[in-house]
Amino acid sequence: MAFKIRDVNAFYNEKQALKSVNLEIQECSVTAIIGPSGCGKSTFIRCLNRMNDLVPMFRVEGEMLYNGMNIYSRDLDITELRRRIGMVFQKPNPFPKSIYENVAYGLRIQGINKRNILHKVVEESLRKAALWEEVKDRLNASALTLSGGQQQRLCIARAIATEPEAILFDEPCSALDPVATAKIEDLITELKKEYTVVIVTHNMQQAARVSEFTGFFMMGELIEFNITRKIFTAPSNKMTEDYITGRFG
Amino acid sequence: MTREAYHKSLKDVQDEVLKMADMVGKALKDSMEALKQRDLEVSKRIIENDVLINRIRFDIEDKCLLLIATQQPMAVDLRMLAAVINIITDLERIGDHAEGIAKINISIGTEPMVKPLVDIPRMAEKGISMLDRCMKAFVNRDIEAARAICNEDDEVDALYDQTYRELLLVMIENPRTIQGATYLIWAAHNLERTADRVTNIAERIVFMVTGKMEEMNVSKY
Repeated sequence: MAFKIRDVNAFYNEKQALKSVNLEIQECSVTAIIGPSGCGKSTFIRCLNRMNDLVPMFRVEGEMLYNGMNIYSRDLDITELRRRIGMVFQKPNPFPKSIYENVAYGLRIQGINKRNILHKVVEESLRKAALWEEVKDRLNASALTLSGGQQQRLCIARAIATEPEAILFDEPCSALDPVATAKIEDLITELKKEYTVVIVTHNMQQAARVSEFTGFFMMGELIEFNITRKIFTAPSNKMTEDYITGRFG
Repeated sequence: MTREAYHKSLKDVQDEVLKMADMVGKALKDSMEALKQRDLEVSKRIIENDVLINRIRFDIEDKCLLLIATQQPMAVDLRMLAAVINIITDLERIGDHAEGIAKINISIGTEPMVKPLVDIPRMAEKGISMLDRCMKAFVNRDIEAARAICNEDDEVDALYDQTYRELLLVMIENPRTIQGATYLIWAAHNLERTADRVTNIAERIVFMVTGKMEEMNVSKY
């Protein structure tokens, strides 16, 4: 298991956002997190690489392990954690730099500046993100000239460049059109061969299409966690069924 | 995100299935009555009306496919639509069995019956009752009732065995009855298959509710 989450509670000030969450996330697989707005799914995924540390008054209780390492340990190097567990956000957020420099950025801040290494990593990362063929002739163009779908794949390439082990996707397609969405979904299916993928999505069909495991959150609680096929054809919990069939939410 | 229009469409599909089951049940009842009364006009009408049963089957199938394509049904809704597509296939075939009995009646024409009809009407009555209760189980999502209906198929099979044996004896005793007796064996066979198809429908109801496909009564034929 890549992630082991035991009895996790999370709070924004007094407001409890996660309640006794227990789950395990398998290595080299895609795990989808679904649930209505405000159910805690983004809070949950952002705990996995401590993105919530930046939120004032946020605190977390319980145990979150990544390959046996305590994610919330005081002496943990958070930059190193986020290198190992990368993240792609809802809105593509390329830096206002060239396509090349966006991908090379993570390496440069690690002090890697050798051109041949950077060239190699940039090309490999762009290839893995299924973007190389579209940008190979304009690597020095601004990343902001790319379409939304291309920008999102660039962000994925940027995450891959630092050789992470897991990638967290927080609604990666909600700002994209259907064609760009399909490309990202195909890419996620490719990525799981090498990386552990966790994806938060509002789009249940997307969860059904790309993931092997699905967790359904409601009001901070993990209501059901199971293999995706089971969740979308015959869920065990009535609340899950009511949510995915549109009877509430 | 409650989806009222979508859920109304699912309910409409269910209502259409019930309407189709009514048409099929009536065809079956009328075909048996016509055989008993030797009413060839009613039999002709059943044959003509079978096209209406076929049409409603394709209408329902279209509606199911449209809902799958446009609404991405999941879980219990998806299972219901999958079950419906199978249920209407079985209903349509029961309609064909009713049509088959009507054709047999026309083939017998004005010839006298080789023996009085006793067990064949019983088979029809049992089949119609099974179908009727099966559709109630469909509406009520009642898996216990559905399972019980599957067990009743054995009674229809037993009646079929009995009818077959009796007609065999009739033929042995008087070879001139062979044609008339064969017609009745065909009629009984249509009814035996009807009960099998009701069993299939009951199995789909169990699947629709539980998500598990169980073969609950394997026909001996």
